[in-house]
Amino acid sequence: MFLDLLSLILLVSAALWTVMTRSLLRSAIGLALTSAVLTVIMFKMEANLAAVFELSVCAGLIPVLFVSVVSLTQPYTHQEILERMKSMFARFRLLPVILIGVGLILVLLGPHSQVQLPLPESGENTRFILWHLRQLDLLGQVIILLGGVFGVAVLFKERKKSA
Amino acid sequence: MSALLILVPFFSVLILNLPLKGIRKLAFGGAICLSLLQMAAVFIPDAAFWKINPHAFGSIFSFELSADSLSKVILFCIGLVSFSALFATRQTLKDSAGRFNFINIILIAVAGMNGVALAQDIFSLYIYLEITAISSFILIAFNRDILGLEGAFKYILLSGVATVLMLAGIALFMLIAGSTSFAVIHAVLLNHNKDFLISLGIGLFIVALFIKSGLMPFHGWLPDAYTAAPAAASVLLAGVVTKIAGVYVLIRILVSVISFSPAIKSILLLVGALSAILAAIAALTQSDFKRMLSYSSISQVGYIILGVGSGSVLGIAGAALHIFNHAAFKSLLFLNSAAVECQLGSRDIEEMGGLAKQMPVTSLTSIIGSLSCAGIPPLAGFWSKLVIVIALWMAGFRAYAVIAVLGSILTLTYFLILQRKVFFGKPNAEFKDIKEAGFSLTFPALILAALIIGAGIFTPFILNRFILSFNSIFGG
Amino acid sequence: MLSAIFVVLLFIIGIYCIMASYNLVRALIGLEILIKAVTLLIIAAGAKSGHLHLAQALVITVIVVEVVMITVAVGVVVGIHIYNNSLDVRKVRRLKG
Repeated sequence: MFLDLLSLILLVSAALWTVMTRSLLRSAIGLALTSAVLTVIMFKMEANLAAVFELSVCAGLIPVLFVSVVSLTQPYTHQEILERMKSMFARFRLLPVILIGVGLILVLLGPHSQVQLPLPESGENTRFILWHLRQLDLLGQVIILLGGVFGVAVLFKERKKSA
Repeated sequence: MSALLILVPFFSVLILNLPLKGIRKLAFGGAICLSLLQMAAVFIPDAAFWKINPHAFGSIFSFELSADSLSKVILFCIGLVSFSALFATRQTLKDSAGRFNFINIILIAVAGMNGVALAQDIFSLYIYLEITAISSFILIAFNRDILGLEGAFKYILLSGVATVLMLAGIALFMLIAGSTSFAVIHAVLLNHNKDFLISLGIGLFIVALFIKSGLMPFHGWLPDAYTAAPAAASVLLAGVVTKIAGVYVLIRILVSVISFSPAIKSILLLVGALSAILAAIAALTQSDFKRMLSYSSISQVGYIILGVGSGSVLGIAGAALHIFNHAAFKSLLFLNSAAVECQLGSRDIEEMGGLAKQMPVTSLTSIIGSLSCAGIPPLAGFWSKLVIVIALWMAGFRAYAVIAVLGSILTLTYFLILQRKVFFGKPNAEFKDIKEAGFSLTFPALILAALIIGAGIFTPFILNRFILSFNSIFGG
Repeated sequence: MLSAIFVVLLFIIGIYCIMASYNLVRALIGLEILIKAVTLLIIAAGAKSGHLHLAQALVITVIVVEVVMITVAVGVVVGIHIYNNSLDVRKVRRLKG
């Protein structure tokens, strides 16, 4: 119970650092950190397969994408970053206050649901569900990857000089 | 067997990209054939084709898909609009390699939209919606001009927020029902009293769909995306993509999963009326051809939502009919705007004038499209608007019926302004040598115009049967 | 129930980040945080209702979709940067609502 709470608090703090840190590079690293903490939480909930995906893709691949876009586009000098830091801090300083407030409200008078939960599933495992019951989703995944390939082909194509 | 509607476009994309000599030349013809086949397939009367058939492809694949009258209307619209958009690519995209990619992405979008129309599971619905959305992002940004990229970015952000809300709704439904299938959730929701979690899930889902269909408080992305997209992409987006991603899914969820309640009805009516009126007023003030059409699109979606909000079979049937009519006349009008833009190199309607003489086909078809949109009898748009107004009146929402009629008058006003400024009025000397647009823009426009007139004349004869066929969708 | 509260907090962070940042990449990072929140929600809902395997199957699909979406978004952001030489949203507002 205590460990659960601790890891959830860690998750929100990592997310908060991700959005409040002034450098985009650190922001991308913060995102990886958030994903990593989420992976730990998912392991603790015994969602092992999904946790592995989260770790490899969301904590690995996506931050790399963000880091590369930041390094491709980083337009600011160190001086500019320092100047922007102040305005950013002004815009985001309310966020932690809001979070603590909302968190307290939810803990104190969170609406309690009396919803009746369904019967737990019978002994199927994730692999069976994914490959036998959710084939439509698998087909969708393949199509969306194909779409992504075309997206990369179109959007990252070498630009003609005239453009 | 209805899974073929997803599999065939998907495998065509794969085959077109095989490293074979000359296969790329087949792309346009093949895609046109596919869209025609899809329109023909809707009329397959065999019930077994459309029902869930788990072992259609041996025991390896089992796709849970099924279609009722509503899905069939949508499938026909997808075929029709992709047909027009494909033709539009021929004149608006000069570079042949680019056009090949464009056609492939349209096919992927068609596979995604067919999946949305046929899915019987809210999570499958989500993934096929994402396929559609991602192909539209690419289509909007296709030319990589700055407006297109910015429009695409806005769309990505808002659509991303909408999908996250939708996923949260799906997670709550899964918590309550233990499954994501329409039938299971529907059964569980019927047995539950209104619990806090259920209301939250429904609310999240509906807000997500409002964003996706670009209704009035959430419309920020829509005019930018439509205006900035390449002409062929605007035809596809305005004609069918947002109608599927927002309105169709909304109707499907309301009918098959959560069923109507007084609160949902009043929200739908309010948002629908707001969009129908405010977007029409916004359209009055636009000077960009495509932007005016975009606002008109929002206003017409408002109409469809008003029909849905009446909560009756008649209202749903009217909404479906209006989705079809909207697909026809809005694709037609966007084709006209593409023709004008292609010939003049400008979209500013203040600069234009007197184009009726120089572009007779475009002018004539755009008059037909505008009048159908404004609901002038006997064109097709009149009948769907009539059904929606009658449904509202009969359900007791008389004030909303009056608002709907008022919205029609506003629609007529802005289209008259558009016609006067573009095709009639004083000719601009600068555009003296303008000629009619090429065959690939006038041909689909003529077909759509003929369809609007034909549907308008025949609708009274099939209206009864059409509405009756919607009775069944409330049964299951 | 405990994780539900933290999901709400993550949602607030993500939405706040999208609305308050002037930078396109940071807005995308806000979107990513929203997706993290919803991933946690799906897994927690699955664990709570005893349908964890279904929830895992869904999360894997969500992750695949997320990657493709972010890739396309990054392509768009790089394109915008080539034109504007800046990722500042305030320069992007040439389109008016």
